[in-house]
Amino acid sequence: MKFAIPVFPGSNCDYDLLNALRDCLHTPADLVPATTTDLSGYDAVILPGGFSYGDYLRSGAIARFAPVMTAVKAFANAGKPVMGICNGFQILTEAGLLPGALQANESSKFICQVSPLHVSNTQTRFTTAYARHQDIKLPIAHGEGNYYCDDATLAELKAHNQIVFEYVDNPNGSVANIAGIVNRRGNVLGMMPHPERAVETILGSVDGLGIFDSLLMNHVQGDAHVENR
Amino acid sequence: MLKTAKLTPEAIRDTQAYLQLGLTTDEYHLICEQVLHRLPNYTEVGLFSGMWSEHCSYKNSKPVLKKFWTQGDHVLAGPGEGAGIIDIGDGQAVVFKAESHNHPSAVEPYEGAATGVGGIIRDIFSMGAKPVALLDSLRFGEPTDSATTYVISQVVAGIGGYGNCIGIPTIGGDMAFDACYQKNPLVNAMCVGLLNHADMQKGQATGVGNQIIYVGAKTGRDGINGASFASAEFNDAKETQRSAVQVGDPFMEKLLMDACLEVIHEHRNSLVGIQDMGAAGLVSSSAEMASKAGSGLKLNLDLVPQRETDMTAFELMLSESQERMLLCIKQGSAAEIREVFDKYGLDAVVIGEVVPGHQYQLVHHGVIEADVPVDALATQAPVYQREKRRPQRLDQQSATQFVPVIPDVTATLKQLLQQPTIASKQSLFETYDSQVQTNTVVRPGSDAGVIRIRQTDKALAMTTDVNGRYLHLNPRVGGEMAVAEAARNIVASGGLPLGITDCLNFGNPEKPEQFYDLDEAAQGISRACQLFNTPVISGNVSLNNESNGEPIYPTPMIGMVGLIKHLRDVTTQDFKRAGDKVYVVGATHADFNGSECQKMLTGQVSGNLFDFDLATEHHHQKLVLEAIQAGLVASAHDVSEGGLITTIAESCFGGDLGVTLTSQLPAVQFFAETQSRFVVSVAPEHQAAFEALMQETVTYLGITTAEDRLWVKTADQAFDLPVSEAKKLWEGALPCLLK
Repeated sequence: MKFAIPVFPGSNCDYDLLNALRDCLHTPADLVPATTTDLSGYDAVILPGGFSYGDYLRSGAIARFAPVMTAVKAFANAGKPVMGICNGFQILTEAGLLPGALQANESSKFICQVSPLHVSNTQTRFTTAYARHQDIKLPIAHGEGNYYCDDATLAELKAHNQIVFEYVDNPNGSVANIAGIVNRRGNVLGMMPHPERAVETILGSVDGLGIFDSLLMNHVQGDAHVENR
Repeated sequence: MLKTAKLTPEAIRDTQAYLQLGLTTDEYHLICEQVLHRLPNYTEVGLFSGMWSEHCSYKNSKPVLKKFWTQGDHVLAGPGEGAGIIDIGDGQAVVFKAESHNHPSAVEPYEGAATGVGGIIRDIFSMGAKPVALLDSLRFGEPTDSATTYVISQVVAGIGGYGNCIGIPTIGGDMAFDACYQKNPLVNAMCVGLLNHADMQKGQATGVGNQIIYVGAKTGRDGINGASFASAEFNDAKETQRSAVQVGDPFMEKLLMDACLEVIHEHRNSLVGIQDMGAAGLVSSSAEMASKAGSGLKLNLDLVPQRETDMTAFELMLSESQERMLLCIKQGSAAEIREVFDKYGLDAVVIGEVVPGHQYQLVHHGVIEADVPVDALATQAPVYQREKRRPQRLDQQSATQFVPVIPDVTATLKQLLQQPTIASKQSLFETYDSQVQTNTVVRPGSDAGVIRIRQTDKALAMTTDVNGRYLHLNPRVGGEMAVAEAARNIVASGGLPLGITDCLNFGNPEKPEQFYDLDEAAQGISRACQLFNTPVISGNVSLNNESNGEPIYPTPMIGMVGLIKHLRDVTTQDFKRAGDKVYVVGATHADFNGSECQKMLTGQVSGNLFDFDLATEHHHQKLVLEAIQAGLVASAHDVSEGGLITTIAESCFGGDLGVTLTSQLPAVQFFAETQSRFVVSVAPEHQAAFEALMQETVTYLGITTAEDRLWVKTADQAFDLPVSEAKKLWEGALPCLLK
């Protein structure tokens, strides 16, 4: 299974993701520039964290216009797995691939800490490696991770089991403690916590491995078989 | 600025306009009579004012800096380069430096702190190294008034704003509070980089015909003559100095860093030299590069990328706009280099070339705006041997140690844990991304931050330290203690101290008492560095840290890096398991002058500083490191501000464990700040081996427990309270003050 990691000017978790995939998951992965328009040959796309284009406007608001995003949308529409971590999640909501928006943290401060999370849906292609209702710990590091959506959208998310990760002690004010969601089809995941920072014991946690393991496992078993349930 | 730029050379002489730019009358005459043999024009006066400022020339501190011990066979580059370099084996080296941004942070705390971080990062990657960690040493006034809490929150936000965006983890630093810093906060940023020997760069412009390329952000009118500003004393009229503060753009710097490192790694044969445009901007980077290489230089200022109109030569040369670098490249390789920067959307413009001879020539709008000997700018600033006089405060001190009388030591401990200098800094540290780059093994909050070195079994430990109160009482011994504490932090983390960088934050050197502090502190630092084999490889000097005539405490910040030989040696301060044995390494005496306890109970810091023995310190450090490397130690924590009881409490907090300890000492001595001590915990199975190794240097105190109780029975009283209660007070104090 081959991963593409689009790199926007200002992305800064691109290498962390690359190292996690190559060194810890032993799976091929490439950094691809934001000018790329062709993602053929890849089996999954992960948008990395960082401050794309400086994020001086709303986070992700400029990145969504990058040429690669047209290809990412086509990739997602084809039912292939797309994931956004932190800034990547912000870009996915700006691009309309996921509902809702990420606002400034309630404290208005950047928060870097290890956050306890509840895996609320272990039936997505990103989470089957986790036990049902498993509690995990993943690092968070963001200034704008406060997930917002209106009541109707929240009802939709709940009705279709799209809430994948929930904060145990909500650090940023997110609606319904939301830390990560999938789209209705279940092939696009956005999450504020950083699984790529939790793949080695020496760094304090391996709880992030489950996401990548799930992707690899479900790909081997035949892609697109695990739709969101 | 525009108006004064039209001053004729004669008018400059007659109106003494040079004074306003920071040159003294003597210096001006030196330029006229011995350097140029004519009157300098306004641009030239500007060049000299920037280059001969303390910030660029070290004219006041050179005689002091010469005393530093800079030797060591593992030093690959020492003071004088952009940053110092130390060999760590396997063809790799560690590069580090610290720099102060005190004055800008006092005027505009967010941008002052942010650009301090940006500047030090450029120093590191200009050596060819990838920046891997940041630390910040901060000093503020008491966080009890809104002006001070504003400065604190903005400085912290500025540091985070820059480091988080550029993607370099902030993994440590230190923070302390004293009234003397109220109007003159200290903001010292340190950056650490990793370098392959083959990528090592020098800031030099050699080879006639080779080209000078300007890369990065455009030049504006920000921070004009900032080096001179930073070298002057503050007064209440500082509002007028606002334009001397620069504005940072971490996004731009990320692109610049990535592009420069790409040039260094992949276009090695075309690159001759590279240097950051820091203090005194274009003039300092270009003049230093030429002077270092013994070259002449000619620049065409019309070609300098500009973001404002009608900028004068003076403004272009002295602007401190951020995120700019200067490269010297081989003739004919401009297109190849430009292609790299194009990819990142950055300006890369040839603005001049290396010329025969030793003159520094600037051409603007077809007019020669400056024509001066390059060495006169870069290396021939006058050096002042300042007068030194022992300050009265040192002679008026009480020779005896303060003896606290404490009826209820548990109540006093609770109070102590809430003192801003002692209280947890977690709420501030956690606004910094400490994990990006995924190498951080020990995050902020332990004795030192630790990052692993990929593809090896090694790690780097790093810390910043200094206790200005100790130096206030005895600048020389306080200087020794600053290095000693830094080394203790490295050792407690499992590392072998490698070397130091420093920021020498002092008052006005023209006042003999303040020069005394600087000179004495430097000698103390040097002596400790020699004994610990930790050479001074880089640093900076920040003088005139005074407001309205009152100096700060002498505060030479020590930034130290150590090498952890095996990842298994990484050690933190937290107790690990219930049932482990707790020891204190080193003897405890009634040492209270300059202590947190004295300050809290009396409101002041006074008396003779207590005794300190470097040899004992070194001996204890060697033993502790040996014990860690032998795998005998579960946790190690250096004893510093707040004494033994604070250290024990902090070791309980991380693992939420309790202790049951017994000591023959009187309870008050648990607040003493005797140096050369560690609190160490040891698993029962290693007890015998540990005691055999440490011999009489350790005292057994008791065991860790799974109970929520910190219980220390002493010769008289007992400390007894729930760990959770103590932790809550310790964690809650700063957020409450800064609300």
